[in-house]
Amino acid sequence: MLELENVRKVYRLGALGRRSLCAVDGVSFAVGQGQIMSLIGESGSGKTTLGKLILRLIPPTSGRILFEGQDIATLRGPALKDYYRKVQGVFQDPFSSYNPIFKADRIFRIVKAEFFPRVGEREWRERVQRALTSVGLVPEEVLGKYPHQLSGGQLQRFLIARALLLDIRFLVADEIISMLDASTRVDVLNLLADLRSQRGLSILFITHDLSLAHYISDGAVILYRGRVMECGRIDKVFGSPSHPYTRMLLASIPRLDQKWEEVEVRLKSQGTPQGEGCVYLERCPMEKTEACRRVRPGLKQVDDDHFVACHCGKEEGVSCASAEARGSSPS
Amino acid sequence: MKENKPRRIKNEFLYFALRNRKLRLGVSIVLVFVFLAIVGPYFTPYDPWAYVGPPARPPSRTFWLGTTMFGQDVFTQFVYGLRPVFLVGILGGGLATFIGTMIGFLAGYRGGWVDEVLNTFTNVVLVIPTLALLLIIAAYLGVRSFFMQALFIGCTAWPWTARAVRAQTLSLKAREFVDLARISGMSPWRIILTEIAPNMLSYLVMVFILQFGGAILNAATLDFIGLGPTRGISLGLMIQIALLWGALPLGMWWWFIPPGLTIALLVGALYVTNVGLDEVFNPKLRET
Repeated sequence: MLELENVRKVYRLGALGRRSLCAVDGVSFAVGQGQIMSLIGESGSGKTTLGKLILRLIPPTSGRILFEGQDIATLRGPALKDYYRKVQGVFQDPFSSYNPIFKADRIFRIVKAEFFPRVGEREWRERVQRALTSVGLVPEEVLGKYPHQLSGGQLQRFLIARALLLDIRFLVADEIISMLDASTRVDVLNLLADLRSQRGLSILFITHDLSLAHYISDGAVILYRGRVMECGRIDKVFGSPSHPYTRMLLASIPRLDQKWEEVEVRLKSQGTPQGEGCVYLERCPMEKTEACRRVRPGLKQVDDDHFVACHCGKEEGVSCASAEARGSSPS
Repeated sequence: MKENKPRRIKNEFLYFALRNRKLRLGVSIVLVFVFLAIVGPYFTPYDPWAYVGPPARPPSRTFWLGTTMFGQDVFTQFVYGLRPVFLVGILGGGLATFIGTMIGFLAGYRGGWVDEVLNTFTNVVLVIPTLALLLIIAAYLGVRSFFMQALFIGCTAWPWTARAVRAQTLSLKAREFVDLARISGMSPWRIILTEIAPNMLSYLVMVFILQFGGAILNAATLDFIGLGPTRGISLGLMIQIALLWGALPLGMWWWFIPPGLTIALLVGALYVTNVGLDEVFNPKLRET
């Protein structure tokens, strides 16, 4: 359904763009219909950039993003609008997602004006109310208010309701859970799962929270410094993590039965990676080989539907995307 | 209580606007002159160019501001001369604000090569000495009207506005509500006009006021050095004629002080209004 082919995004920095920052570096993966794919990584790993690339808010430096077989970079005018009818996003920060000088429900009116100009006023109101109810809000309590009068969780759910008004097939959910409190969190997660099973909605679930990712998704992509470290089916990535970074992430989940001191975590990176070697080199606790310093590891298959970018693995030369396309079934 | 908040914000604006001394002072001065420009001509029976009395008389009961070297009524010239001042201010300042904001919006929002081109163009216009350019244009035109003058001033005064608006647009563009508007399929101009512009409305109002004052000053300068409109009367033209016929050495203060002082007062009042508005819009600058 949605496929990323070797997507790169390089930002030019400094005067005359002499320095460059590679936010996303050669990322390939695919999300099938009705699949929930988690994009996991620490801050600065390029998760949000990937989300924006998929929403076509920024153009990739190289590589292609295909939606239903079509390169989204070629979409113009009505075709682009049609794309947004099917592909929507919910952003990280609900507070800055609203124009502060207008009422919050203006986002619904924009959707109506842009996508459903012919729908009657009354019917539209009913649709909005239905969407709001399905995200667990009481319409009378939240409509007609300004953004600063609503809580972060309410604003976040407004955004989800907005996406539901459209006939979406793919949702980019960028850290949508982090603003919600624990009780609504589960509701929203279950709502997403319901949408997947009822409408066949595919979701790219961008998060840094591994337990949430495990709870909801079918597949996971572990991102580090813009590169895919490990990807594959969720039970395989979490069950038998093959990359030292994934193992470190899993080890750093706080547990009730363990004290923090007992968990050995290396969180600080020591400067930027130089030259050609593995991007994870300096933080890698494993024995470093010549290959680690010289060659940037590509994704290798370690199991069915499980790939890792580390020199310690065995097989060579398969991409996550091609394997996904070959036949991974939802759930 | 909560429902009343938006209304309270509007009232809050009015509350501070009415209590701001600078704003009250500036607006009052401007309004006095607007009033004079509108009703003044009805209070005088004369034509601004007609020879109606004895020459070079100081202010008296019949000639409130005295007469010129040729016996024209200075008060008549003054009230008629106020009108083009406002005309050039509103047209020229408005045009400069319009061009500046549009170029600033476009450059800031589109970015990339559009920004490069527009920014270079803005910088080029910015470094051209405006007055020199106006002089050359004015000198080449045989027949000049106030409208033309406003047009020229408007077309040369916009660059700093474009730069400021571009910078503001750049920062607003990075906000997520603009991204949300984009994935709602809104067209760029709609995003600019309905999402970005309302957020800098207060700033645009202040830009217009500054451009208004700048245009008045520019027009007066052109008039004064003899490159003003070839027909009609304005405050700048009055000063020019007065000095040309030796009002200064002859001590005919009533001929050049009123128009000169008015221009100074008007432009000063506009700047004071601007500072006052800034304080009203920006809570950090409010007087206690």
